[in-house]
Amino acid sequence: MAFHRTAAIVLRQYYLLRGSPLRVLPIFAWVAIDIVLWGFITRYLNTIASPGFDFVPVLLGAVLFWDFFTRVMHGVTMAFLEDVWSRNFLNLFASPLSIREYVGGLVLSCIATSALGLLTMVVLAATAFGLSFFAYGAMLVPFLLVLFLFGIALGIFASALVLRFGPASEWIVWPVPAFLSPFAAIFYPVSTLPHWMRMVSYLLPPSYVFEGMRAIVSGGAYRGTSLLLSAILAVLYILLASWFFTRVHRHAVRTGLLARYSAESTA
Amino acid sequence: MIPKVLTVSRLRRLYGETVAVDGVSFEVGQGEIVGLLGPNGAGKTTTINMILGVLEATSGTIRIEGADIATSRSRALERTNFAAVYAPLPGNLTVYQNLRVFGLMYRVEKIPARIDALLDQFDLNGLRHVKCGVLSSGEQTRVCLAKAMINRPRLLLLDEPTASLDPSAARDIRAQVREFVSRDKVGALWTTHNMHEVADVCDRVLFLSRGRILLDGDPGSLPREHGKASLEELFIAVAREPLTLKRT
Repeated sequence: MAFHRTAAIVLRQYYLLRGSPLRVLPIFAWVAIDIVLWGFITRYLNTIASPGFDFVPVLLGAVLFWDFFTRVMHGVTMAFLEDVWSRNFLNLFASPLSIREYVGGLVLSCIATSALGLLTMVVLAATAFGLSFFAYGAMLVPFLLVLFLFGIALGIFASALVLRFGPASEWIVWPVPAFLSPFAAIFYPVSTLPHWMRMVSYLLPPSYVFEGMRAIVSGGAYRGTSLLLSAILAVLYILLASWFFTRVHRHAVRTGLLARYSAESTA
Repeated sequence: MIPKVLTVSRLRRLYGETVAVDGVSFEVGQGEIVGLLGPNGAGKTTTINMILGVLEATSGTIRIEGADIATSRSRALERTNFAAVYAPLPGNLTVYQNLRVFGLMYRVEKIPARIDALLDQFDLNGLRHVKCGVLSSGEQTRVCLAKAMINRPRLLLLDEPTASLDPSAARDIRAQVREFVSRDKVGALWTTHNMHEVADVCDRVLFLSRGRILLDGDPGSLPREHGKASLEELFIAVAREPLTLKRT
């Protein structure tokens, strides 16, 4: 693996962001809107709920965590879609660039954009609505890490789908987080779900994060083994998604799909 | 004997039952420009795509300076570059930014100096900070050629590189590629439908028809050898009556 080729992918994304405020704006805008909206909802719920229960760390914290995961996933896919939209595959894949270097570049690019989104949410939630991250204690970092890893995995998987099914399948990328959200137990415990949904939930790393978040905020115990399991699942999904992307690329080279991709992008 | 930059052996590509490339073998030597000619659908772009590693051959081998594209892809493509009318550089980056990205991709030393030299060579200095998407097709072609030469490739693949250029610009480009090839001992594979261009720039031509190499020889003498007055007549014969021509 040659780092300079991964750096070239990152440099391209940097130039794109630097040259277009319209690309930078969504990094801040959507997360800020979500925090403001849910911030007021939690504030209102605090006024009507029984005294002593604070919705801010439970509800607003959950929104923040879920938005972070979504931004990570979309960060990877947006970087990939830039190459779809600009019909750049032939230039990239006819160069010495390997798939591992390319995907590595997409992931590194998304670290910067998702970190900016996270910073925006943290500052806004803390200053405007009093969300304190001390409420989650030392678990904050592993929680974010698990969500980050799972976001990367889904981003790679969604990109592979677009590579496989062509530019017209781009829409698949956007609703993936919404599709997973009922199973991820963001706003309610896993035990609320019917049995079959619980089975799906146990396969999703975010559900362990949200269960843990609620347990910590309510003063209960959170087992380290659950966190470890979620991290193992997230790493496993990254490996599976990378394997899937490599398989799809191999299929595209074998069938001629990659060579035709530029022409099909105009369709 | 001229050392070989590209060696293609018994290359074959099937799409289901359709044979797109059928047992093609040829070599490109150092300092040599080989024209890959043939009617639409003859298998020229399919062959180039296989050499570039974006399309897998059904069988056969491709070696670039000894590196097999199937087993040593990155090593083979580090020494290769290409320009094709259907592969423009991203329109949302400037000329300089695109060249910088690909300079890094191909690990070019002293990238800014190399970019300056290429901008001079292709008369792109005034467009350095212009986004590629707003360039004319001729300007985009020159940027693609600058990118194709950024890593001083040992093998240069040019798929109709002058298709969108006016005759004057096309002549300049031909002269620049010719000079680059002879000075740096590069091997070049050049596809075009312009027979005057072939006569002007190619040392040798391969006529492809229905996925097979039908003729291989000097563009100056090949028409005479086959009873034709010009390369254009020979091209038309290859396109319309390939069976009347002897296979080399």
